[in-house]
Amino acid sequence: MTEQTTDLGVPAFRTGTESVPTTDDKQTGKDFTSDQEVRWCPGCGDYAVLKAVQSFLPDLGLRRENIVFVSGIGCSSRFPYYLDTYGMHSIHGRAPSIATGIATAREDLSVWVVTGDGDALSIGGNHLIHALRRNVNMTILLFNNRIYGLTKGQYSPTSETGKVTKSTPMGSLDHPFNPVSLALGAEASFVARTIDSDRKHLTSVLAAAAAHRGTSLVEIYQNCPIFNDGAFDAIKSPETKADAIIPLVHGEPIHFGATLEDGPMAGRGAKALVRDEQTGGVKVVATADVATSDVLVHDAHSPDPTMAFAISRLTDSGYLNTSPIGVFRQVQRPTYDDAAREQVATARNGAWNDDTADRAARLAALIGGGDTWTIL
Amino acid sequence: MEAVVAPEKEVKQLDRVIIRFAGDSGDGMQLTGDRFTQETAAFGNDLVTLPNFPAEIRAPQGTLPGVSSFQVHFADHDILTAGDAPDVLVAMNPAALRANLGDLPKGATIIVDTHDFTARNLTKAGYTANPLEGDGLAEYAVHTVDLTGMTVEAVKEFGLSRKDASRAKNMFALGLLSWMYGRPTETTHAFLAKRFAKVPDIRDANLAAFKAGWNFGETTETFVVRYEIKPAKMAPGNYRNITGNLALSYGLIAGGVQSGLPVFLGSYPITPASDILHELSKHKGFGVTTFQAEDEIAGVGAAIGASFAGQLGVTTTSGPGISLKSEAIGLAIMTELPLVVVDVQRGGPSTGLPTKTEQADLLQAMFGRNGEAPLPVVAPQSPGDCFDTAVEAVRLAVTYRTPVILLSDGYLANGSEPWRIPGLDELPTIDPDFATEKNHGSGEDAEFWPYERDAETLARPWAIPGTPGLEHRIGGLEKGDGHGNISYDPANHDFMVRTRQAKVDRIADSLPPLEVDDPSGEAKVLVLGWGSTYGPIGAGVRRVRKAGYHVAQAHLRHLNPFPSDLGEVLKRYDRVLVPEMNLGQLSLLLRAKYLVDVVGYNEVRGLPLKAAVLADVIGNLVAEAEGIDVDLTPTSSQEEQR
Repeated sequence: MTEQTTDLGVPAFRTGTESVPTTDDKQTGKDFTSDQEVRWCPGCGDYAVLKAVQSFLPDLGLRRENIVFVSGIGCSSRFPYYLDTYGMHSIHGRAPSIATGIATAREDLSVWVVTGDGDALSIGGNHLIHALRRNVNMTILLFNNRIYGLTKGQYSPTSETGKVTKSTPMGSLDHPFNPVSLALGAEASFVARTIDSDRKHLTSVLAAAAAHRGTSLVEIYQNCPIFNDGAFDAIKSPETKADAIIPLVHGEPIHFGATLEDGPMAGRGAKALVRDEQTGGVKVVATADVATSDVLVHDAHSPDPTMAFAISRLTDSGYLNTSPIGVFRQVQRPTYDDAAREQVATARNGAWNDDTADRAARLAALIGGGDTWTIL
Repeated sequence: MEAVVAPEKEVKQLDRVIIRFAGDSGDGMQLTGDRFTQETAAFGNDLVTLPNFPAEIRAPQGTLPGVSSFQVHFADHDILTAGDAPDVLVAMNPAALRANLGDLPKGATIIVDTHDFTARNLTKAGYTANPLEGDGLAEYAVHTVDLTGMTVEAVKEFGLSRKDASRAKNMFALGLLSWMYGRPTETTHAFLAKRFAKVPDIRDANLAAFKAGWNFGETTETFVVRYEIKPAKMAPGNYRNITGNLALSYGLIAGGVQSGLPVFLGSYPITPASDILHELSKHKGFGVTTFQAEDEIAGVGAAIGASFAGQLGVTTTSGPGISLKSEAIGLAIMTELPLVVVDVQRGGPSTGLPTKTEQADLLQAMFGRNGEAPLPVVAPQSPGDCFDTAVEAVRLAVTYRTPVILLSDGYLANGSEPWRIPGLDELPTIDPDFATEKNHGSGEDAEFWPYERDAETLARPWAIPGTPGLEHRIGGLEKGDGHGNISYDPANHDFMVRTRQAKVDRIADSLPPLEVDDPSGEAKVLVLGWGSTYGPIGAGVRRVRKAGYHVAQAHLRHLNPFPSDLGEVLKRYDRVLVPEMNLGQLSLLLRAKYLVDVVGYNEVRGLPLKAAVLADVIGNLVAEAEGIDVDLTPTSSQEEQR
């Protein structure tokens, strides 16, 4: 990698929460817990994510009243009711559009979207991709349980082909979406994947997502114990997870599998990712079979999303036996909401809202403009 | 500003004229009509315009579907409509002649550009023989002029291609008509100089063509008469000519200024509403944010988000867009957030007639959502009235924390009229009254209850993010009365449904009594309308009164709730006529609410109602109600009669 040294005149990028007022008061998870009874099914992965978010939010040090959670419809979309922040439980699939309005209207708010695989990728697919391409400053938590829970068990756009559900007794016919590949294709500037049950990893991804200025998409694998129990067993079971999870850490060579005990690669996983010269993508090889220098080093900040996309394709589209986990991509580019506010600020040139009389004079000049005539 | 009249030509005085410019979509007829209108406005005539253009951007050249026209009615007195039938038709090609001839009364003047009357173009327009030859047009005063040929000649010195040169023919036609009706030309000179400032050749060619058209009128023997229409007497004030979409845009900006709220427009382009998006996008200096969304739903969604965040959320669309936004409007009803929804109605259902007018979205605005989902509905009656109605929509939305639907239509959107520019002191002050304090209980136990209502308006508090201590969650699920938490309780749901209805009903308390125009006080027939039918209804009513009969007229701005005294007004008259450009949607509402047997007059032709037709309908009803014979035969000096 060559170091970028040319000054392109690009403005210094800011963090995701930079313009949100902070507090010196000590906050705890309890401060972010509302008085509403949580009503997910026992064993639902949503509980773990809620707990993780409640304990993570104090770390941001933001004023609670400047945080807004917006959700659509589905089990996970009940999330805002359980957080003592501002919140809106909106309509199916539309949370990103509502959050776009909030984030554009108010620079001083930390905006979060909570959605699911049906909400975000089926009925709301259009809003998701356009939020990602616009790069509105918000964090989208996409709970992927690969099933419709709230409507009681139909297949979702991330369910594996052939899934037998109430609506597909002979097996589902549709090929599933890979949410990470989709987001990368939609020009997303931040794309990550994590797991409901891995509190530490989940929290670290939330921190990175919140710090990113722009739309951060976080796919969270989340188990539905009622309608799709065990969908993520391979990546959760202690016996299999070493071979199932491909951990991505920026700047680190990508290894997974059982740790090698000895040899020149001791301490690394038995498997590695290397470039596949034939396809232009990446492939899994035995670490022992390749030179250290051939092992792919993860570069989440690469301006070119090709490698991140290639890595995302290692996710099983059928039953999940392998999946890369971590931050796939994090690049900086201007956000829609910053640019929109900048245009307004430029146009109003400091006068709006400061002086009522000036506003009235401007209005009178506007409506009294054009070709006019006077009748006495 | 009166133009100098060349002495050698006869000058005839007229009290009003209706001119229609018609040509191919690419001939610049809308621009020509618009310039003639500006000249006429500057001169001081009262005027009303009716643009009419195809949905296709460039339909096949020279064909009937490709014909675009612009009608302007101007007078030395107050007029209400764009006129039923043109006195003058300017036809730039055979298709324009054929498409418009049926609308002309006998004796009308036709000015034809002969250049395009070739065998090929005649065939394209469906003519088997050249209508300019033979007696086919004998009942009209036809002037055949090679407008294109003379334009090309006039702009020769600028070295343009023949195609570019001939494109200035609309300015030649404008110059000729401007001469004929003594229009002041300064505004057109200034306009052309500005519009084509970056392309001097084109600018100079257009100016030259415009002047050549004027000079041609002055020198040719083809036109022996020019006409004078004196300025109209209008109420004192400053005036400008304005289209409905422009007035509506200004009204939304004014609503933002009067409420102190930044306007946030979330919108998706759709005919005939897009011009509001275009206009508002130019006024960011007023703190206006315009968001061109990925679809109609995202447009309203972002507006709702902006309202939740403390701005004035607005979304603009036409009927098909309302269909898509319905669920989100329901969310705004449930969350009780301010939202202005503008529906510039067009012919439906489905894609329907995108560029034609209709008022068939009334019932959709009233009922087009799941559940009991009441919201206020308002409608402007003329292009200029779009301003006041937009301000009113903002007032209702902010004061009552509710989505409001404003029903404009294609005729108002693109039509124009002189508009008396209001003083800012005539506008209401709108108070967003943001919540800043906890509102339930006291001391340590004090809480913020997002659904604790104002006793008078039943509006809930608007607590915006960033306000400490008032953190709360709202959403589409039913809310418990007061505290606003999710509630599935049967009694609570019944109460909340009735409360949301009562809140909308209470708006009627803030409305003035319905204005009823019944000069003699002896009318037995009331004509009640809403929206853009105001002009044709008023013109029809005038005609009936001029013939010596009694008729009352009232027009509804508020369609939900109705003014409190509407029922009483309806019962004062023996018969109530309700003309609409739909199959009887207001009639249905009136019958249901007041048990009054109103009589509908309904047309859905994509065009404004005609005053003459309405006069006959009114006359028949007057005859029936009063048991008399009604004869509306016009006398020589009557206005608006065609």
